[in-house]
Amino acid sequence: MIKKPTLDAKIPEGPIGEKWTNHKFNMKLVNPANKRKHEVIVVGSGLAGASAAASLGELGYKVKCFCIQDSPRRAHSVAAQGGINAAKNYQNDGDSVYRLFYDTVKGGDFRAREANVHRLAEVSNSIIDQCVAQGVPFAREYGGTLSNRSFGGAQVSRTFYARGQTGQQLLLGAYGALMRQVDAGSVEMFTRREMLDVVVVDGKARGIIVRNLVSGELEEYAADAVLLCTGGYSTVFYLSTNAVNCNATAAWRCYKKGAHFANPCFTQIHPTCIPRFGETQSKLTLMSESLRNDGRVWVPKKKEDDRKPIDIPEAERDYYLETKYPAFGNLVPRDIASRNAEEVCVQGRGVGPTGYAVYLDFADAINRLGKDVIAARYGNLFAMYHEITGDDPYETPMMIYPAPHYTMGGLWVDYNLMTTIEGLFALGEANFSDHGANRLGASALMQGLADGYFVIPYTLGNYLATEKPAPVNTNAPEFAEARKQVSQGIKDLMNINGKTTADEIHRQLGDVMIEYVGMSRSEEGLKKALKKIPEIRKKFYEDLCIPGNTKDYNKELEKAARVADFLELGELMARDALERKESCGGHYRVESQDEEGEAKRDDENFCHGAVWKFKGEGKVPERLIEELHYEHVIPSNRSYK
Amino acid sequence: MKVNLKIWRQAGPDAPGKLVDYSVENIDPSQSFLEMLDTLNEQLVKSGQEPVAFESDCREGICGNCGLVINGVAHGAKGGCTTCEIRMRQYNDGDTITVEPFRARAFPLIKDLVVNRTAFDRIMSKGGYVAMNAGSAQDANLQPIHQDLAEAAMDAASCIGCGACVAACPNASASLFVGAKVSQYTWLPQGQVERSTRALKMVKQMDSEGFGDCSNHAECEAVCPKEISIANISRMRREFSKALFAR
Repeated sequence: MIKKPTLDAKIPEGPIGEKWTNHKFNMKLVNPANKRKHEVIVVGSGLAGASAAASLGELGYKVKCFCIQDSPRRAHSVAAQGGINAAKNYQNDGDSVYRLFYDTVKGGDFRAREANVHRLAEVSNSIIDQCVAQGVPFAREYGGTLSNRSFGGAQVSRTFYARGQTGQQLLLGAYGALMRQVDAGSVEMFTRREMLDVVVVDGKARGIIVRNLVSGELEEYAADAVLLCTGGYSTVFYLSTNAVNCNATAAWRCYKKGAHFANPCFTQIHPTCIPRFGETQSKLTLMSESLRNDGRVWVPKKKEDDRKPIDIPEAERDYYLETKYPAFGNLVPRDIASRNAEEVCVQGRGVGPTGYAVYLDFADAINRLGKDVIAARYGNLFAMYHEITGDDPYETPMMIYPAPHYTMGGLWVDYNLMTTIEGLFALGEANFSDHGANRLGASALMQGLADGYFVIPYTLGNYLATEKPAPVNTNAPEFAEARKQVSQGIKDLMNINGKTTADEIHRQLGDVMIEYVGMSRSEEGLKKALKKIPEIRKKFYEDLCIPGNTKDYNKELEKAARVADFLELGELMARDALERKESCGGHYRVESQDEEGEAKRDDENFCHGAVWKFKGEGKVPERLIEELHYEHVIPSNRSYK
Repeated sequence: MKVNLKIWRQAGPDAPGKLVDYSVENIDPSQSFLEMLDTLNEQLVKSGQEPVAFESDCREGICGNCGLVINGVAHGAKGGCTTCEIRMRQYNDGDTITVEPFRARAFPLIKDLVVNRTAFDRIMSKGGYVAMNAGSAQDANLQPIHQDLAEAAMDAASCIGCGACVAACPNASASLFVGAKVSQYTWLPQGQVERSTRALKMVKQMDSEGFGDCSNHAECEAVCPKEISIANISRMRREFSKALFAR
């Protein structure tokens, strides 16, 4: 392999446990009187955005925060169910900062940056302290101490939770902190605004162009730095567990202005979701992974067996996870459970009306433990399933199928969370830095809040104190230029006047993405995707139809602009997957498997982050790399047999 | 299955509005109510008409973004769920369904079924938090909290801020919304320092936004998708009175 120059992640010197401490001391500070002279733009109001905006407001910066919803409290972090990890070791079960660090690097299949992950583990404890102090009602023991559960295969109990609504409670905590700063006048909140471009002046991010989603007007805002906290891009698959308005537009527009995009093919497909029922479905609903503790996954041994599950005798059922992975059985990690479900369905042994579902059967557990015990454990989930599908899981097996859930890839950032555009930072799911090729359960909430509460307040100050950005306002010609471009892009979409809706195109893209760039990927399939996606894009620009006008509340226009970006991002994901000729974490290349059909990493050739640089419209982007070095967690093979 | 719809259409806050008839065919009973509206909108768009503007995001009942008055009831007659959680199998073939926005003076209409609920954010900005800067917190386990209190706080904290309580109230009061937030922090030790100022300021802001007062109809509790109890309103009133006389 030809050696390419590696990107500099600016990782501080010193032993792993001292890097962040030393870095915090070495970074420059902005004195309190000067902070109010700096304006900062925060785009997004989820865990990362709300915590960043609130913390920076508390420090005295002048913050403007933008979100697409009617209120910052609606951001999709609100939907996270399970919990948030921290290395508190309250259970006295052997947890430590180092163990959380170790588990996260290993769980990411050795494709995350060690220094970032260690910092994440270090600040995890402060997050819990902060949230409890905010009045987040975490679950508690009888003695009044905080309760923990184990999650995602960790061998310690380090997950803090608030029923099945942990994301909601953490977000409301951060949202409260944000609204307190709004009241104090340090943060100005702009709701129903969608960022459509970043404005770069003299090589530095100095502002954004947004569309007011009510009036349709374009607006410009200038600042000394821009923080992108806009989440992930799972909705590129159309159907995913994400909210229907989640999108990649802000991140993608930054990519096209010079912020490199890292590991776009690293996506996580969650194994236990309610399968799709048909064409008109708008999203997939996640069922907690805990169901696999008692449910047994199976499909008929015979192909296209359309008997009712109850009529299929034991001998004709294939409990494929239990046979293939006797040690872990139904509790294999997310990626393995997902891939195997897809495999049996492709073989024609899937169940349900579409043939893309497998059974998750509780009959044995009900016989063994009684219905009451199962109801106590999963009652709310069973009720939700019953409500959505019309089937009663106490009577007949559940049907489940994997669904796109989280994206580990995102804008490349250095140790300070700065992208390759100076002054543009990316936080939370929008960046790529901490989860490598696979994210562990209950780690997304931890990362969003770590970045917002405890990392960016330090690294942003250092940037402002070091760079001393020159004054700028929206009269700079770069703002007019960016605005013109955005305005022209909108006009071009409106003028197509075709017959196909944005959703129809999005569904076509989603079908291609899930088939070829989904759970298992092959050279042949990826090449097909690279051929099909431009065809869909062509159709989009020839036959798109948007009713209404631009100066109005226009949902179809919003959707179309997002789909236009997905049509480009999808292609980059396929390209990235094609170039990464190894299997790792959520990225499974059929050509790269061991004798037993399990994922095979290629550390010799791919122990790096793939960092894509935009080279212009219609041009093939350049693949740069960031070499990864493992000094503490030595790469090993994951085995679950 | 097929349903007939009467949907409130209004081009903008100052334009006149009216109910317009539509029908949607070939509905899958597993479709959600909002997916049925998606189907209608796709039909409208393809025939060159403006789709019905409505809001939704997570589509699993937690973000609080969706909210329609269905046959006169906020979030529909089933209860205990948001609009996005309603499945079409609860309707019969040929049913006529009326769909209207959440109406209240404090929720000005934007377009069709979309209303502006930022009044809720302004109420929250007056005390829907514990004033605690990042970095100031003590160790999380230093202060034990009785499990019952934590659970009671969680019950109140599960509010999703959808505004159904306001839409259902004859007075368009936001008392359940405010009561839930005030209660959450009343239960918890962390909320004690600002206890009285919180009640005073949030209630005052609620009044100034144009929400009405509570007159114990309990319609809010009946439609609340998270089944939040009106006991929270009594608690808010106690907190408010105590704060008022303590001054």
